[in-house]
Amino acid sequence: MAMTVAEKILARAAGLPSVAAGDVVEPKVDLAMSHENAALVINQFQEVFEGTGLEPTIWDPSRVAIIFDHRVPAESPKTATNQKKVREFAAANGIAKFHDIRGDTGGICHQILPEFGYVRPGYVVVGTDSHTTSHGALGAFSFGIGATEMASVWSLGFAVNIEVPETIKVVVSGEFPPFVGAKDLILNVIGTLTAQGANYKVLEFHGETIRRMSTSGRIAICNMSVEAGATSGIVPGDEETVRYLREESGVTDPIPCVRPDADAQYIRTVAVDVSSLVPQIACPHTVDNVKPISAVQGTRVQQIVIGSCTNGRLDDLAMAAGILRGKKVAQGTRMLVFPASGRIFAQALEQGYVQDLMRAGAVVMNAGCGPCLGVHEGALGDNETALSTTNRNFKGRMGNPKSEVYLCSPAVAAASAITGVITDPRIR
Amino acid sequence: MAKVIIALGNDISTDDIYPGRFMATVLPSETPQFAFSDRTDFNARLRAREFPAGSIIVGGENFGCGSSREQACSTLKGYDLTIVARSISRIFLQNSINLGLKVVLCPTMEASEGDELEITETSVMNKTSGKAFAQVKMPASRKGIMDAGGLIPYTRTLLKARR
Repeated sequence: MAMTVAEKILARAAGLPSVAAGDVVEPKVDLAMSHENAALVINQFQEVFEGTGLEPTIWDPSRVAIIFDHRVPAESPKTATNQKKVREFAAANGIAKFHDIRGDTGGICHQILPEFGYVRPGYVVVGTDSHTTSHGALGAFSFGIGATEMASVWSLGFAVNIEVPETIKVVVSGEFPPFVGAKDLILNVIGTLTAQGANYKVLEFHGETIRRMSTSGRIAICNMSVEAGATSGIVPGDEETVRYLREESGVTDPIPCVRPDADAQYIRTVAVDVSSLVPQIACPHTVDNVKPISAVQGTRVQQIVIGSCTNGRLDDLAMAAGILRGKKVAQGTRMLVFPASGRIFAQALEQGYVQDLMRAGAVVMNAGCGPCLGVHEGALGDNETALSTTNRNFKGRMGNPKSEVYLCSPAVAAASAITGVITDPRIR
Repeated sequence: MAKVIIALGNDISTDDIYPGRFMATVLPSETPQFAFSDRTDFNARLRAREFPAGSIIVGGENFGCGSSREQACSTLKGYDLTIVARSISRIFLQNSINLGLKVVLCPTMEASEGDELEITETSVMNKTSGKAFAQVKMPASRKGIMDAGGLIPYTRTLLKARR
């Protein structure tokens, strides 16, 4: 039977010759990722074993990854104590894929997993973070789950009662115009599909534009697939996937890629030609409130944010540094930059991007989730507006329900930092 | 029969239900105090336990969209609330089932604050407006976990059987 990428991966992981959308399976998990919320996972995991007479034992510690990123370094004694508890648990349970608060091997979970070669094409990846969809960029079936579900995975090694999702095929053609890229593409797709248009479904990305796209761009589009409600976003593994894993992640073992069958069943096909795409902005307070930049140009912004699991990679920082080099961040506007990982931070230093950004007036912070989810730093004041390369603009997202967040690409964020108002990077 | 204590629109996010700044609080016993924190009046009334167990929150489309934070479910479970929504975001729905938070999917649901609803196996009757709304049947895969009392007891049974 012809299968999509998600169906092929789930069939393999469930030990079945084939599966179809709607089937219920129990796929073996290849990688189970958590961040600080491992503190809750640990609590639930211990509860699973209560009264069983069994010692709480992780099915396979080598398949568990824990990365501190949401509140690094800790902003409160409560967080620090949770992190301490997780750190001790990781040591006691032999979790080698544990990434503590460090400048070399630390960073955002959705950057660390690809960077360290933990994710491979064909894997089933679960993570206690909704943006776990990111790892579909490497041809995996990767989806977000809650902490209790993770406790179940730690106990059993498989996910229970997973309904095989239907797949929407997104075919992307054309060449991006200058200063338009992957972020504009995914914002445009979310605007078209709406915030729940892909709920319970997979977005499988195809077309010449995707084939030519770097893994960094692919991570951005798979990352934000969840903003259309998707269970997972997938770019089928190809030469670029293999190149990335070999060159960037140092993977040396074979990397088989999973491709969909030619006659696989898709419930819908969405075609996008990016050659005429303009910079896209997601306006407050929903991610699908997407408009062309001309509709909001000139809107005053007090805070510019560049970073996150969506847009904190080296090419994003290079774009921002290129625009800001020799320029200054506008008075009355503050610019916060947080690289997605310690490695990216170091590379950006070597390339001089960090210096360019700092000389322009940007504050470059340590790698981590930063202001994105309003739990740690970079909160907004009452009636302030942020323009951010992050992934969500829900009311209160950056820590203050009396503020507004607009989402954009790194190019738009950097161009707007110079003027203090939302600015089209193509016509500076 | 139970009363609708708040009727909400579409795309109510997990940031609405449980703002990110309280995410360092993880234990289900401690999360209820932060339910709908940014709707200060509603939060105060919840904390004062003005509403009896089984009271209903009505949502529109895509209820619980956004983060995978389980606190968004445990915070509502702490008040034994029932969620009736036109549609529910995938992770929130799964978390609700896993934690035993009662959720009802009703694609055409119409209700206002103060309405009295009667929830049966297959429908939701709005006693105030006199209209009945069909429920989406919960797939057997999810019902198994609900019937076990949540994912922890469900997993415990599997664990004992397989180890």
